[in-house]
Amino acid sequence: MSVQRNDWSLQRKGQIDQDRHKDRVREAIKKNLGSIVSNESIILSDGKRVVKVPIRSLDEYKFRFDYRKKKHVGSGDGNTKVGDVIGREGQPGQGPGQGQGAGDQPGQEYYEAEVDIDEIAKLIFEDLHLPYLEEKAKHAVPSKTTKFTEIRRSGVLANLDKRRSLVENIKRQARETGEAHIGPFKKEDLRYKTWEEQTTYESNAVVIAMMDVSGSMGEFKKYIARSFYFWMVRFLKTKYDNVQIVFISHHTEAKEVTEEQFFTQGESGGTVVSSAYRLALEIIGSRFPSRDWNIYPFHFSDGDNYYSDNDEAVKLADDLISTCNLFGYGEIGEEGASSYRRSSGALLSIFKDRLRSQNRFVGVRIDDKEDVYPALKEFFGKRDEV
Amino acid sequence: MVDREVQELEKAVEEIWEIATARFGLDPFPVRFEIVPATVMYEVGSYALPGRYSHWTFGKAYHRMKMMYDFGLSKIYEVVINSNPSYAFLLETNSPTQNKMVIAHVLGHIDFFKNNVYFSKTNRRMVDEAALHARRMGDYEFKYGRKVVEEFLDAVLSIEEHVDPNFFIRKRNQAAEHDGERKADRREGPYDDLLSKEERTENASSKETGDDQRKRKPNFELPEKDLVYFLMKNSPILEPWQRDVMAMLHEEMEYFIPQMQTKIMNEGWASIWHSRIMREMDLPTNEHLEFAELHAGVVSPHKGQLNPYYLGYKIFEDIEKRWNNPSSEEREKFGRAGGEGRDKMFEVRELDNDISFLRNYLTEDLCDELDLYVYQLVDEEDWTVSEKNWEKVRDQLTVNMTNFGFPYIEVVDGDYDGNSELYMVHRFEGVELDMKYARKTLEYVHKLWGRDVHLETRVDEESLVMHYDGHEHDEE
Repeated sequence: MSVQRNDWSLQRKGQIDQDRHKDRVREAIKKNLGSIVSNESIILSDGKRVVKVPIRSLDEYKFRFDYRKKKHVGSGDGNTKVGDVIGREGQPGQGPGQGQGAGDQPGQEYYEAEVDIDEIAKLIFEDLHLPYLEEKAKHAVPSKTTKFTEIRRSGVLANLDKRRSLVENIKRQARETGEAHIGPFKKEDLRYKTWEEQTTYESNAVVIAMMDVSGSMGEFKKYIARSFYFWMVRFLKTKYDNVQIVFISHHTEAKEVTEEQFFTQGESGGTVVSSAYRLALEIIGSRFPSRDWNIYPFHFSDGDNYYSDNDEAVKLADDLISTCNLFGYGEIGEEGASSYRRSSGALLSIFKDRLRSQNRFVGVRIDDKEDVYPALKEFFGKRDEV
Repeated sequence: MVDREVQELEKAVEEIWEIATARFGLDPFPVRFEIVPATVMYEVGSYALPGRYSHWTFGKAYHRMKMMYDFGLSKIYEVVINSNPSYAFLLETNSPTQNKMVIAHVLGHIDFFKNNVYFSKTNRRMVDEAALHARRMGDYEFKYGRKVVEEFLDAVLSIEEHVDPNFFIRKRNQAAEHDGERKADRREGPYDDLLSKEERTENASSKETGDDQRKRKPNFELPEKDLVYFLMKNSPILEPWQRDVMAMLHEEMEYFIPQMQTKIMNEGWASIWHSRIMREMDLPTNEHLEFAELHAGVVSPHKGQLNPYYLGYKIFEDIEKRWNNPSSEEREKFGRAGGEGRDKMFEVRELDNDISFLRNYLTEDLCDELDLYVYQLVDEEDWTVSEKNWEKVRDQLTVNMTNFGFPYIEVVDGDYDGNSELYMVHRFEGVELDMKYARKTLEYVHKLWGRDVHLETRVDEESLVMHYDGHEHDEE
């Protein structure tokens, strides 16, 4: 019989296998990016850094019984009668609890993994790329920063480099006494750090987020637009120091709104797309000269534009394109609608036919939450830049 | 924990040992108690054995347990290992009272490990064995790549519970058959003793003659419930290292099965003795109070669920009572003399497993007192109590524990369609399989067998055969 207490401080097995599990989660996330990109818990995360997302393919599959078709045994507080309802299916913490063996546990459809949004972002942005960035960079606003770069024998005491001064002291002692040790300091031992001024170029980008809020834009369509802007803004922020977003919502008239209004306000009425483009051009003209700004106008609509406005819309879109880096247009269909049902009179096909500068235009169709990720890739994928 | 506390703990261990053995007649293996930090505690808890091989599923379990601990949601006070000598791990943050109770509880478990007949064939040096396995697994990872080994483990782990709990009988028979010839044999691998002589030579010759052997009509002993063993022995595609991995997992599962078969008894037995031993100890008043609280936390009903500690505790207590003071009917009918409570308890702990324990000793009175019931899903929505009749409840309990709660699946043909395909049958006993899981698991079995796999089961009261050919699922 003995009682022991050993040093376990180097024991890392659990930690190591936990990392293996994390690798698996990361792989699974990569495989499921399509559904994760538009996952509610991320899009509506409100600044939280870690969110829970359901991950398929991380279950430990076994032959097991369908727990929903199985009879279970439980214990009550003394008054249980036949017919009592003890839990509802689908509610956590109720229904069948821990059974005796692994095979007796209720089936969780998905494994919920905690993921860091930044980590997902890294995976998503791996394939993304910022189109037409270079030519704007030279117009960027210069700003000055300082950086310690050099060591000198004179300087301000606050910038004393203690380590180097010590070394110098020891060297001098060695020279003078033949023994390397620390002795009294003399002025000649001291070394100071000095700085240089450096000019960096701050890059600015503005996203003109435009959305159709006409009667036909339902919750689902707004959610799609929201998921898309969520990632787009995050992506641009990795590339630019300063990303501003202007929100414009429109039906037959356009107005600049706050972010909250943009995503939540329900309105009705018809659709006149040109109104939004006109407002966007005005805002660019007055606040974001293209000399200083990388401009990314994006527009989401269901494509159901007022017929007689189409010519004007195409003309203004061309104007927009001439001032900006990339003009994106996303046409959102009904939830689950397949692509062959798209109407030929919709704006997307008109843009594709009639816009003059196609290489600065990206138009995509989104019918499903899973389409958001491909759309992002389409907008920010690699392309031949002219 | 400071040295003084360790010394006090040593004193407590001695005292508890003395009470357990001399006063109550428990007969445990000698024990090494080890005081460990939470990280190590949860590691041992999630791997079930210290020093076991690496796999992401252990990491997942570890992460979950550790998180529950960090958030203060649950806590493991001890982990005890069935070996001789036994190992028991105590959490370094345990209070002195917690430790005393845990030590008493642990002695109950170890007495059970040592004396319950279902444990009699377990490898009592499993900690060393598991460490050797981990080492070999590590070598394979080094040689064949971590991903390769991991993916293979994924496949084997999906069927790991499908082994024969009485495998030791075959081992013994085979050993007897081939005794004497053994010395002349060239040993190929550490698990050759699991294989009969013909198989061993077959294995050896298959290396030389390649596919020739496959053309022969294979001679399987069927049906075979031990899927791991069957695939390890007969799969046409596995490399020697893969068979070795399967043999290792098979051995570890054989070691764990008695624990799965006796969860309720084992916890009940340990709880009975921790409570009695603690009552015999000279505890200061504040510790008495703390113990009472702890004990109530362990041995109490969990509403809506079954707490194995509580259930086992109540049944053992009831056995003692009924054999100490039998009713006049029991005296007449069964010739019970009375005053045999203690002896009966020890007999039960030696001879039963959870299924026979419940079937023999769960009484109507107990079912009423514990308010046990059967419940099921009604209208896809409400979990509803459907049965209170005590015999039905008891039978449902034992049904749910049959085959440790896993579907009973057998290989019935290893050369199905004359095409070396694998045909398995789920021995349907009223509950359907989780089809999504079954499909995924079939994919793993296919990975191990290398040719088409089939599983016959029942869905909606009709027979259904699931097929998987490596690309597509098909059901008819």
